[in-house]
Amino acid sequence: MLAIGAVASVVGVAIALSIDWFPTRAAAKVNEIDTLYRVLLSVSVPIFVLVMTVAIYSVVKFRARPGDMSDGAPIHGSTRLEVIWVTIPFLLVTGLAIYGWVVLNDVEAKQQGETVVKVRGQQFTWHFQYPGPNGKTVDSDVLYLARDQPYKFEITTSDVIHSFWVPEFRLKQDAVPGQTTHVRITPDRVGTYAVVCAELCGLGHATMRNTVRVVEPNQFKAWLEQQARGAAATAGGGAAPGGGAAAGKQVFTSNGCGACHTLADAGTSGTTGPKLDDIAAAAAKFGKQRGLTAAKYVKQSIEDPTAFVVPGYPPVMPSFKGRVQGAELDALVEYLLSVSGGKGGSG
Amino acid sequence: MTVAARLRAPGWYRAMLSVPLGIGFAFALVVPLRALSHYKPVVDGDAITTVALISTPLAFLIGIGCFDYWFRWASGAPTVPEDHSGHGARSWRDYFRVNTDHKVIGIQYIVTTFVFFIAGGIMAMLMRAELAAPGEQFVDSNTFNGLFSVHASLMIFLFIIPVFAGIANYVLPLMIGAPDMAFPRLNALSFWMLPMAGILMLASFFAPGGAFNTGWTSYAPLSVDMPLGQTFFNVAVQFAGASSVATALNFLVTIVTMRAPGMTFWRMPLLVWANFTTSLLVVIATPFIAGSQFMVLLDRALHTDFFNAANGGDVIMYQHVFWFYSHPAVYIMMLPGFGIISEVISTNARKPIFGYRMMAFSLMAIVILGFTVWAHHMFVSGMFPWLRVPMMITTMLIAVPTGIKIFSWLATLWRGVIHLRTPMLFALGFITMFTLGGISGVMLAVIPVDIHVSDTYFVVAHIHYVLFGGSVFTIFAGIYHWFPKMTGRMYDETLGKVHFWLSFVFFNLTFGPMHLVGIDGMPRRVADYAQHFAFWNAFISVSSFFFGMSLLVFLYNIVTSWRHGPKAVANPWRAHTLEWQVSSPPPIFNFDEVPTVVGGPYEYGVPGAVHGVFKEKPAVKEPAVAAD
Repeated sequence: MLAIGAVASVVGVAIALSIDWFPTRAAAKVNEIDTLYRVLLSVSVPIFVLVMTVAIYSVVKFRARPGDMSDGAPIHGSTRLEVIWVTIPFLLVTGLAIYGWVVLNDVEAKQQGETVVKVRGQQFTWHFQYPGPNGKTVDSDVLYLARDQPYKFEITTSDVIHSFWVPEFRLKQDAVPGQTTHVRITPDRVGTYAVVCAELCGLGHATMRNTVRVVEPNQFKAWLEQQARGAAATAGGGAAPGGGAAAGKQVFTSNGCGACHTLADAGTSGTTGPKLDDIAAAAAKFGKQRGLTAAKYVKQSIEDPTAFVVPGYPPVMPSFKGRVQGAELDALVEYLLSVSGGKGGSG
Repeated sequence: MTVAARLRAPGWYRAMLSVPLGIGFAFALVVPLRALSHYKPVVDGDAITTVALISTPLAFLIGIGCFDYWFRWASGAPTVPEDHSGHGARSWRDYFRVNTDHKVIGIQYIVTTFVFFIAGGIMAMLMRAELAAPGEQFVDSNTFNGLFSVHASLMIFLFIIPVFAGIANYVLPLMIGAPDMAFPRLNALSFWMLPMAGILMLASFFAPGGAFNTGWTSYAPLSVDMPLGQTFFNVAVQFAGASSVATALNFLVTIVTMRAPGMTFWRMPLLVWANFTTSLLVVIATPFIAGSQFMVLLDRALHTDFFNAANGGDVIMYQHVFWFYSHPAVYIMMLPGFGIISEVISTNARKPIFGYRMMAFSLMAIVILGFTVWAHHMFVSGMFPWLRVPMMITTMLIAVPTGIKIFSWLATLWRGVIHLRTPMLFALGFITMFTLGGISGVMLAVIPVDIHVSDTYFVVAHIHYVLFGGSVFTIFAGIYHWFPKMTGRMYDETLGKVHFWLSFVFFNLTFGPMHLVGIDGMPRRVADYAQHFAFWNAFISVSSFFFGMSLLVFLYNIVTSWRHGPKAVANPWRAHTLEWQVSSPPPIFNFDEVPTVVGGPYEYGVPGAVHGVFKEKPAVKEPAVAAD
């Protein structure tokens, strides 16, 4: 039995280690986590094989023959065996725990020359803010990162709990209302990945994904400067060409409306809420019933979504009151009405 | 009986009358209060429903007669003396009234919980149908989130926890030589609170906005913001929790005070030890989840700010309080199964349990350690970071007492005479599958690994290896093992074996691959996923449909065997524990003569050893027959 068990353990460990378990490795120290996992596997598989071998061997060897009414050997225990199977697992898990602790300290260690990126979660998208040139900040909904640059992500949320996770970086951290959490990552592989929200955050949870682009440092610098110029232009009061509607599209995209709503103009296909390609007609119809102009109706639907819910849809949209306001809100309403065939801006 | 008399007497007529009164009470409380406070609208559906969710089940319980005796006693009216005419069940109708017989209550529990098991299983099938391919096919994300939330809640609160209480309700008093549980009326109330909880959870699908859809964990503040369905969960958990606590108290008092003469703690069967330790966990831990759900309910209904960070609320606190119950709950769902496995393995290997005292001590060790590990669910939650390493160490240490149990069962098999009956197959399946679940549990405890895989399908795989390959396999083992005792009939051994092999194979094909997709980056609780997970999800879905169908074999076997199966003798497995020394099914008051316990429960192979003796004659004079 021992020989069978030993052979089966070796085969089992070989199979377990030959499986390519993890996604691409795209950050420093990811190897340490993957190795830790493989060590755990190599310890675990022989234990499982041991249990299986004893169970199967016993069933084959000690199985009752038909009509056998006898009893087994009256063995009540063995102090020696019991001491062994308390001590060995104890030492094993203690050793593994210490190993895990060492890896944890290392992957979370503060890095030299960290760049702080502010991450904000919101139903159902992520926002990123970088320190730009000249003390300004740069906002983006795509997470651009320079290769080999250590980052400290400071994570917050505007509404409920989300969880910031890039599987290729391995590390994960919840975004918690009322506090700022952080996680440290040094991406080391150029490529395109996704920020996945890992904590159930509502109806659009499955669609809460933002793109991560890890680029060469010089490309990153160029991107950051370009973004900084763009932000300055907007901040300088220069209205984007196309008036409020173009700004409205920006508001629509950056607030993650597309996670739940289909809107052809913005290229979104969510189905949790009503299709917004028809919102001009719907706003006219339902607004009339409720004594509101189309624009007032759309505004109310954003700020107080459960005041009226389109039949056939669940009353689940979160209120965007205070999150989208003032000129942004007007631009969004104008944009929605204009791309769905209605007249925008009539207030 | 006249209509008026029927409406006064406890039972379904009075219950049907009291249900509208319960709803009426909600109107009568809410509407005037809102009018006095100048709240608009005065008649508010959500507010009335919230109160009605509490008042209507209570009204039903009063109507059906759970409180009659206590009301009379409390009001000073003459109580109705117990003449035991209501004891036992003569027809199926006796299972539909407030019955104080522990054997009837045991059957009520088991059948009710299996109904909810099937409901939860159908939801799992719907989820797998949706997940068979990327994109949205069968259900929208609102329905999907409702399905996995209600699925988990039913399986945990309405199946695994109470079905163990049901099995123990039937078997435990018999095992310790008691005529009934210590508090039969409390026992009846405990049972009747269960369907209330289950119906509330299922009814949430009809609430505006759909069923509660924030997972069985219902993390605040999401659960505070969600539509009315969430309130159904908040209240249902209170009923299920109250039921659990009352039953656990009942078990504790029964075990401590009602053991037969000579039944010392060290002569108790391990099932009794298992339920003793489980009950300690339930009594200590359950009030915490009740508290967490009350706080969410108050945040929702009265706009308190327990979990509103903007007004000083603490979001992380919800998770601490929730897991302070919900991690011990994992052991509440596992320890009774450990007890069942000890009975089944010892009986079917015809050997004493190896290291009996260590088996009992390891149960106690799990109870104590079980309260020191809750925050391992919160390694990425943003809580104070220093707590993580101590919780990692305590979590991994639980592998030690758990290992003691696994190794002791294996040693019990060694040099036994092994009868591979259906319960034994499930016990062996349990040992191997639970070992896998335990191993993935140790991996999850190691913080750097957990940070990557938490909230992924790796966790889904782990929990199903522990709760299905673990708990549910022990439940099947227990149901088959005691089926002859409970029904007086034998189940079909061939169908039982078919059920086992189908379950075992398709269980692994369903949940095994989830480890792979989880580590590869597929988050849990999503109706839609990235294209490169498509192959394994299709594979898992197909396996799960076969897995689901394996349950039909079980149901067919149980239903037909219960009706037409061959009559069972008192002790078909030639077991030593007391429940097998009386007829199948047992007499109404269990023991016509109180047994005296003279030795350990598993003295197989010891010449002349017995567990219990009856002073003059054995309760049943029939030859013990082996039926394998």
